[in-house]
Amino acid sequence: MHKIYRVNMTDLSVKVEPVPAEWAGLGGRALTSTIVAAEVPPTCHPLGPNNKLVFAPGLLSGTAASNAGRFSCGAKSPLTGGIKESSAGGTSSRIIARLGIKAIIVEGQPAGDAWYALVVGKDGVEIREETETLGLGTFATVEKINARHGEDFGVITLGPAGEHMMAISNISVKDPESKIRSFGRGGLGAVMGSKRVKLLAIDPTGGAPLALADPAKFKEANRTFTKTLADHPVSGQGLKKYGTAVLVNVINEAGGLPTKNFTTGQCDHHDQISGEQMYDNIVAREGEPSHPCSPACQIQCSQVYNDKDGKYLTSGFEYETIWALGADGMIKDLDVIAEIDNVMDDLGVDSIETPVMFAVAMEAGLLPWGDGARMLQLLREDIAKATPLGRLLGGGTGHVGRAYGLTRIPVVKNQAIPAYDPRPIKGIGVTYATTTMGADHTAGYAIATNILNVGGKVDPLKNDGQVELSRNLQIATAAVDSTGLCLFIAFPALDIPACLGSVVEMLNARYGLALTGDDVVALGKNVLKIEHAFNLAAGLGPETDRLPEFFELESIAPHDAKWDMDQKELATFWNF
Amino acid sequence: MLITIKLFATFRQDRFRVAERDVAEGTTVADVLRALDIDEPEVGMLFVRGRHVETDRVLVEGDALAIFPLVGGG
Repeated sequence: MHKIYRVNMTDLSVKVEPVPAEWAGLGGRALTSTIVAAEVPPTCHPLGPNNKLVFAPGLLSGTAASNAGRFSCGAKSPLTGGIKESSAGGTSSRIIARLGIKAIIVEGQPAGDAWYALVVGKDGVEIREETETLGLGTFATVEKINARHGEDFGVITLGPAGEHMMAISNISVKDPESKIRSFGRGGLGAVMGSKRVKLLAIDPTGGAPLALADPAKFKEANRTFTKTLADHPVSGQGLKKYGTAVLVNVINEAGGLPTKNFTTGQCDHHDQISGEQMYDNIVAREGEPSHPCSPACQIQCSQVYNDKDGKYLTSGFEYETIWALGADGMIKDLDVIAEIDNVMDDLGVDSIETPVMFAVAMEAGLLPWGDGARMLQLLREDIAKATPLGRLLGGGTGHVGRAYGLTRIPVVKNQAIPAYDPRPIKGIGVTYATTTMGADHTAGYAIATNILNVGGKVDPLKNDGQVELSRNLQIATAAVDSTGLCLFIAFPALDIPACLGSVVEMLNARYGLALTGDDVVALGKNVLKIEHAFNLAAGLGPETDRLPEFFELESIAPHDAKWDMDQKELATFWNF
Repeated sequence: MLITIKLFATFRQDRFRVAERDVAEGTTVADVLRALDIDEPEVGMLFVRGRHVETDRVLVEGDALAIFPLVGGG
């Protein structure tokens, strides 16, 4: 990968640039965060001309490495006001990498009312005015682009929410079945919308398998890597069968399943919305229990979920979404949850931020608890059409909570807290508080060691050892997010030493390097420091590295747990 | 004494979701696993009353024991 595409939306020009030497060893999150930190003024308005939207495949994307089909999107976030990196699967990462493109930088802002499509190919980017897909949902947009260009094109698109520049909007990526994967968090759809780019169509013509410095060594390392993925029970069997939703019952049992807007840690109807129930429904209705989100995925945590008549309802039906709608928002019917999931994908909204926002709206009395039908109506009639009510909701969890004068608003840095209560699972609380991303479980998945007994055991109800655990996980995650590998490789990586070793060997064989595990850790540390410095300069100081006050004031059943970690201890997170 | 046993994921196959069992005083988690024909290396998580326990935990009247295979998500 030897070139950077720079698309200037102010004057509608494109430059193809060589990769600066200091960016050569970077990919994925390391590259998007480095570019954003280098080129975006931290104090700029996220929806103004000075923000930039950066797409970058990972260091191993485009190779034959298992599970390397992900890529990163970065910008200053309109939701958090800080730096943002979001990761997605789909088919585009591999195509971009095989075209030799290290990163696509979209900058500036056009003056007029026109919208644009960016057609990305081997020689550059063509900026075309876009009309046909405006206002369309993501599924219809993908269909139109398939028809316009061919099914082998990659598609990266906004739904209506992104066109309306809502803070809950995401950026959708076509997957191998022409369904949707998402750069979900942080309102990146609004940044793309602010540049009046509806979509990117990625032309695979002229793409080629990537040159490897040492093909034999790469093949051998990938074989070892693939075996560790197959050997670990979580990546090898568990995720394939039950998907991520297997966690509903696990986290409920541990008393950390945030229910009814974070007022209790267990949900009475947990079995109705569990991974086990989902699996039974999928099998009975002839859906697909396991399914890849990107090429060469062997974990296959995704699935196709059909309705009672055997008709497609949704795919990529995730724990976070099911928890947020089913437990936090009290919707008991898994089929209704699936329908809402599909509508959220179609509108292009984050399926964590949006339902957590709805649970806050339920507490505010805007709609009844568990009323999926009303939620669907608000999504289709108000958010999709950007009515004043839709814009209130489209501002996200913090926005709605403030509008109604609530105090129980589960956000950190204004981003919704996901599916694990930090009071009885304290390690994840450290991650929510300290990560540069705003509340984000994936940034340092302490659930592994606090609950799942992966990577050792740290008592979830005690503060001891949690800062160190979260720090180590956040450093490792920043490195994994730079490779293009799926984060779920962390399960074998935490338990099987050969796993991480084989990843380092693949990097060495790909680029002709002699990296060690320590170098990869150093990369992760550097990414976090770059992001942290950006946030400090953007005004997200140490006082924002904390959980909302209600976690200190309200204890949660069944463990009667409060958040009681000393702020000074939390601040030691950055001592590295 | 009466205890409740809750099984999850693959452990439900050919067994049950939730059941009450009358067991002898002094019964440990390991005893329960043996009675259910679940091999200890297959076990990922064990909870009693929402807290992680080890297999040597002695159960008491009214305990609810949750048994999970090695699973994960995110």
